[in-house]
Amino acid sequence: MSQFYLTALQLSLCLGPMAMGIFITMKVFNIPDITTDGSYTLGATVTAILLTQHWPVMLTLPVCVLAGALAGVCTGLIHTKLKIDALLAGILVMTGLYSINLIILGRSNVPLINIPTVFSYLSFFSNDIYNELFISCIIIFILVVVLNYILKTDFGIAMRATGNNPAMTKALGINNDRMKITGLAIANSFTALSGFLVAQYQNFSDINMGIGIVITGLGTVLIADALRIWFNVSKIGTQLLLVLVGSLIFQLVLAFTLSLGIDPNLLKLVTALFVLGIVALPRMSSQLKRG
Amino acid sequence: MISLNNITRIFNKGKENEVKALQDVSLTINDGEFVIIIGVNGSGKSTLLNIIQGAELPNSGTIKINGTDVTKLPEYKRSRWVARVFQNPNNGTAPDLTILDNFRLAALRSQSKKLIVGLNAAFKQKVQDTIAQLGMGLENKINRPMGSLSGGQRQALTLLMSVMDEGDILLMDEPTAALDPKSSQVVLGLADTLNKEHGKTTVLITHNLKDAHQYGSRLVQIHEGKIMRDLSSAEKNKLSLQDMMLLFM
Repeated sequence: MSQFYLTALQLSLCLGPMAMGIFITMKVFNIPDITTDGSYTLGATVTAILLTQHWPVMLTLPVCVLAGALAGVCTGLIHTKLKIDALLAGILVMTGLYSINLIILGRSNVPLINIPTVFSYLSFFSNDIYNELFISCIIIFILVVVLNYILKTDFGIAMRATGNNPAMTKALGINNDRMKITGLAIANSFTALSGFLVAQYQNFSDINMGIGIVITGLGTVLIADALRIWFNVSKIGTQLLLVLVGSLIFQLVLAFTLSLGIDPNLLKLVTALFVLGIVALPRMSSQLKRG
Repeated sequence: MISLNNITRIFNKGKENEVKALQDVSLTINDGEFVIIIGVNGSGKSTLLNIIQGAELPNSGTIKINGTDVTKLPEYKRSRWVARVFQNPNNGTAPDLTILDNFRLAALRSQSKKLIVGLNAAFKQKVQDTIAQLGMGLENKINRPMGSLSGGQRQALTLLMSVMDEGDILLMDEPTAALDPKSSQVVLGLADTLNKEHGKTTVLITHNLKDAHQYGSRLVQIHEGKIMRDLSSAEKNKLSLQDMMLLFM
């Protein structure tokens, strides 16, 4: 029983960066970026191919991050220069990435067995599970500190304002196009980092592992938003922590449904229904209040 | 100084719904002037302001600001000279960001937004002192999201934000259209003070008879895309409220 929940905790940490990426795109773009499905898998495939080629983990990490950033830049350019709708731009890049990921992997699934990973790199605990959790916590902590700083800088404020009121930002000397592209690059680099972590955690990279992951990210960010409103949070750093809390809650709910003995094939359906519930509940309750 | 030379702006050129918003308009606005622009709906007033702002590019003609040709310059690059107050009070501020964040961005209007944390205690104090001028009690709410304020409050703050950074020109397109009389008075009174005490070149579009009469050192009337009347300070001051009303008709 507790195995389910420890796994949920570990997964919530690994998927944390992806959720933070969605958080950024919702600030900059006002929509969750669909590129996520592709850049998440991209992070995983780049990790798989480099690690199996015996690249050191510390070199694989920046390459993954760069790959994710590149995917984000593509979506950004398509949206800003070709004036294509943000949603469609993301879908186009995600679709293209499917083939690219397949070429990188060489086949649909690459196992990562008996290969040094970021988790085997450092041994703080003898128990593997606690070791993985601890290392993940360190990585997430660093990411939160970095992203919190970025969002508090003048540049970060400008980035947040761009999605909120583009007419205003233009009048305030902000290059909206450049801001969107940068925001997407940062967001997708975070997402690729999640792919990097999950691939090493589950010891394989699979071409289909990214399908629907954006919904997980969206659900996480929505839970975090609900918590933000509930607790009246204004500081951006606290909002980032709430995203991690949202990720944990999300994974715990899924773990709970699995522990009930539901067919694992139904997991994506359960995920969709859960996110539907998170989105619909506040709306239905406000309708009830009115009526 | 703003100098518009032979500006023409046509919407949907060549198509059935072609509209000649501005036709061969030439206008020079000198430093420190407070120009009131009036005209019926659709006469081209907003288009004129948009051309100066860079929100729209002219089909032909040139525009120079302080001697620099900015005709082809995109809007975000003109912000070092031009600050703007929009007609819709919601357009000038970011609702999900705090008042403080909004002011921080405004203070950087003519500069690049770097990866440094500029929101320190000194800046916070500066913002509070600036907002206290309004006498609306907003200086105690600077950590609240902008969206929690009323339209009038946001518009007044937008005007204040425009003075947080260097800037020679203030453009206002019917800034008090959605405001109550008291808020309108605060906003326009502030603009007038900025013009008189700091010499800010100000361009104000208004439909309000009284405001057009009370404020401004020059009156320009636009009709069907052309300048119909351009009254200097002396000529404008001679007009009574009644005379002004006839101009509006």
